[in-house]
Amino acid sequence: MSDTSARSDNAARPKGRLIYRQNLVTRLTHWVWAICMFFLLLSGLQIFNARPQLFIGQESGFEYNNAILEIGSRAVDGQRIGYTTVFGQEFNTSGVLGLSETPSGPRLRAFPEWATIPSTQDLATGRVVHFFFAWIFVGTLLIWLAFSLFNGHLARDLIPYRRDFKNLPRDIADHVRFRFTHAMTYSPLQKLAYIVVLFILFPLIILTGLAMSPGMNAAWPWIIDIFGGRQTARTIHFLTMAAFVIFFFVHIFMVVAAGPINEMRSMITGRYRLSPTRDDDAEISK
Amino acid sequence: MSRILMSRRKFLRAGAAGLAASSLAGCDQFDFLRDRNNGVRQAMISVNELTFQAQRLLMGRDALAREFSETDIRQGQRPNGSTNPRTDEYLLMRNREFADYRLEITGMVDRPTSFSVAELQNMPSRTQITRHDCVEGWSTIAKWTGTPLKAVLDQVGVQSGANYVLFRCFDALSNGLSGPEYYYETIDMIDANHPQTILAYGLNEEPLPVANGAPLRVRVERQLGYKMAKYIKSIELVASFENVELGKGGYWEDRGYEWYAGI
Repeated sequence: MSDTSARSDNAARPKGRLIYRQNLVTRLTHWVWAICMFFLLLSGLQIFNARPQLFIGQESGFEYNNAILEIGSRAVDGQRIGYTTVFGQEFNTSGVLGLSETPSGPRLRAFPEWATIPSTQDLATGRVVHFFFAWIFVGTLLIWLAFSLFNGHLARDLIPYRRDFKNLPRDIADHVRFRFTHAMTYSPLQKLAYIVVLFILFPLIILTGLAMSPGMNAAWPWIIDIFGGRQTARTIHFLTMAAFVIFFFVHIFMVVAAGPINEMRSMITGRYRLSPTRDDDAEISK
Repeated sequence: MSRILMSRRKFLRAGAAGLAASSLAGCDQFDFLRDRNNGVRQAMISVNELTFQAQRLLMGRDALAREFSETDIRQGQRPNGSTNPRTDEYLLMRNREFADYRLEITGMVDRPTSFSVAELQNMPSRTQITRHDCVEGWSTIAKWTGTPLKAVLDQVGVQSGANYVLFRCFDALSNGLSGPEYYYETIDMIDANHPQTILAYGLNEEPLPVANGAPLRVRVERQLGYKMAKYIKSIELVASFENVELGKGGYWEDRGYEWYAGI
């Protein structure tokens, strides 16, 4: 019943124009990155599990404490618990972190089997998967950057202009009220989010990854200094990963909230339907 | 009202699709990659060659690993892997404090020679405070003293066509069908002749302890810890490591780790 009324509702409402919004390179790189991030995240958690601690400084303290995070398990009153310690504050994270259930019984490991590739402990395979997708990720970024400079994606869609800053407060108010306008260009908040990802988080996660490499430390000694040590770089690498996970959930939420069909279509075929304008209304009422 | 219902239904449908996708995560969908002979895995590990070439291009022959100061040494060097070899041969030597130990250098060399630790100690030495990076992700800083491998190789005369230095070790981390599986490692001639590549006999101003590889361990400062063989028994100059053990150039390499461990 609601279907019928919805259809008639739609028919009565003017439709906005369908435009070609996302070019092939933007769409392809988007999906290659999505696949890369999936494998990089899960293989990264596998690698983290080999030393489930994060330290600050050049080295890892074994005879002193410079860890800011530790995931492990220990016995409490004869019962095993999983714990996560952040800045000295311990939390019981049994079931997910430190101790998790599997069909074949409980496992004592930092991240659970459903969150790692491969599922069980296998650092070698985690590394193989991680470095393979890291190369594809970086290669795709270079291709994207070259094309986006050349085809105007960067200048047209991503760089914020004065009017974006002017419209920012209204855009925030619109987002808070879940009122989305599908315009020719990204909204100020959208631009901001994508710029943070493309020009802050992407370089940060690549450089902190390279800063952990003893080979790159010899090639580019400055790379250890800008992050304040190899172990700090490892910690920042992990935190940047967490920022990506947050971005992922916000990104998916926004796609769903703003109209999943239209948003998905624009990233698959490139076609995007704009919100009806006054002109469109005028067309209908004629 | 109906529009709200619609969007909520859309929302739920999208949510369900999302859940289905995330349940794909981990589980055991990708566990076939654990198989060391799997074709996809082998294709993936081949990017290690790209990493190797790219890093060599960026760092050149003799770029040095960071050297730290005395004040950066805040703890002992954490031992890892083998820390106490139990083979008869090693125990016998250890009981005599390695007095009759001789490092054999064989293979593609002009003058196969053996060296006692004292003989190596009488050669010019190098001391460096460097960071040891384990493949597991941790690092520790320590002071290493030893004989530059280049000086030793120059004495024995490396023949042309020798591409790798093969370290054979006293320690075995596992037992196979044909007995103990001894640790071994290979590095190429660029790393072998690198100024910081030393046969270390001293750690933090003390003789190298058993836990850290006594009597000799190699330091390859631009790579991870597993390249730095401990308890070195002999050194062999080889053209290729294809016919050594499982043919991947090292104990851990044979078990799925990359040959180039600069990352």
